[in-house]
Amino acid sequence: MSIPTDLKYTNSHEWVKPESDGTVTIGVTHHAQELLGDMVFVELPQVGRELAQKEECAVAESVKAAADVYAPISGEVIAVNSDLESEPEKINQDSYNAWLFKLKPSNAAELDGLLDATGYQTLLENEQH
Amino acid sequence: MLKMTPLNQAHRDMNAKMVDFGGWDMPLHYGSQLEEHHKVRQDAGMFDVSHMLPVDIKGENTRVFLRQLVANNVDKLSIPGKALYTCMLTPQGGIIDDLIVYFLSESWFRIVVNAGTAEKDVAWILKQRDAIAPELEVTPRRDLAMIAVQGPNARAKVWQVIPDAQAATENLKLFQSTVLSQYFIARTGYTGEDGFEIILPVDDATAFWKALHAAGVAPAGLGARDTLRLEAGMNLYGQDMDESTSPLASGLTWTVDLKSERDFIGKQALLDNPATQQLIGLVLLDRGVLRGHQTVVAQHDGNEYQGEITSGGFSPTINQSIALARIASQISIDDDVSVLVRDKKLRAKVVKYPFVRNGKALV
Repeated sequence: MSIPTDLKYTNSHEWVKPESDGTVTIGVTHHAQELLGDMVFVELPQVGRELAQKEECAVAESVKAAADVYAPISGEVIAVNSDLESEPEKINQDSYNAWLFKLKPSNAAELDGLLDATGYQTLLENEQH
Repeated sequence: MLKMTPLNQAHRDMNAKMVDFGGWDMPLHYGSQLEEHHKVRQDAGMFDVSHMLPVDIKGENTRVFLRQLVANNVDKLSIPGKALYTCMLTPQGGIIDDLIVYFLSESWFRIVVNAGTAEKDVAWILKQRDAIAPELEVTPRRDLAMIAVQGPNARAKVWQVIPDAQAATENLKLFQSTVLSQYFIARTGYTGEDGFEIILPVDDATAFWKALHAAGVAPAGLGARDTLRLEAGMNLYGQDMDESTSPLASGLTWTVDLKSERDFIGKQALLDNPATQQLIGLVLLDRGVLRGHQTVVAQHDGNEYQGEITSGGFSPTINQSIALARIASQISIDDDVSVLVRDKKLRAKVVKYPFVRNGKALV
């Protein structure tokens, strides 16, 4: 599966989509869902919560394991995808559309520190060795 | 270097995700663990369990030897082909392994032991053999493969694949087995569904696996095997029990024969140490997933007890999280308990298990 080039990525396998209104949408990557296997439970952050960069803020659990999801950048949670609470399998089916939450960044410059698609591809290749 | 079963290439050909399972390179799933789970509950799935080890014990006094070696009573095995689930204990009453004993004839019993414990089991059995019945022949059978075909349609699909199997096996009751040419076919399993466990020569394994697949049996990996056995309320060695735990505290009292005069290894220790703990079933009431090693807190008659989840996970059949937990014997069915999951205290209910049998939720 190719890695979308319009997104940013973290070392911990979150994807980040900068929206035109200045907010960002966050999910977990195709690679992350593949590692975890069938998703069975998602715990999302409270809307309104202020997150620091790299703070644990959500949990994605598969048949195999629980994985923490970290805030890729700091900001306020402005929306969560509560459909995932009843249909966590959407993460397996279409990880780049099954978003977890949206943030209003408190420091948009942090976006520049994230990986682009090429950088994320390199990370995955290095993980395999 | 990981050990491989004779079906290793067949798994790779079916796009299995392979994992290191106790030193064995085994399939975790072939795409979706959940689909494999449902396929076994609703139709038929097959598992490569060739990492498990059949051990043949042959000689006139095999039954006498097994009376001492294992905690269940092999005298329950009166009809050839009958199988018995049992623990093999240390003199201190800890569980060395759980296994199935098949009675083929008075001079031939076959036991099947777990993969992770196979070496220590064989060493233990040989040591006891030398002390109790040195004339017996004990033969580990790594020349054999083992495939479990499980699900409501499993037997019918096996009958399509093995000529004459239907006539030979349709009258087998649960926990009975028979030998048909190169196949050893037992109506046993680890899923809570009907089906067979089939032991056959390594050289025939791949062709048989492919023929089952062509007959519509879905390959299923260790992931589904674990969720199926947990729903079926079956213990996993190394997780729900080990050498530090007694069968009396592991939900296995029914497999231990303390009534007959027969002596067996570990018997005195069990008599001297009645269980103060038990295994209970839990169904999670709040949202979340129970996992092994989480702490269980229970109230009973004004006292607080702490226990630990031994196996936990998401039940695809019930669509809730379930678990087995070890806790004080005072705790009983319908007591309310809580489980510490990360920073939260989630509510759970104590239930009688199995959770699922023959496709149906029981809780």
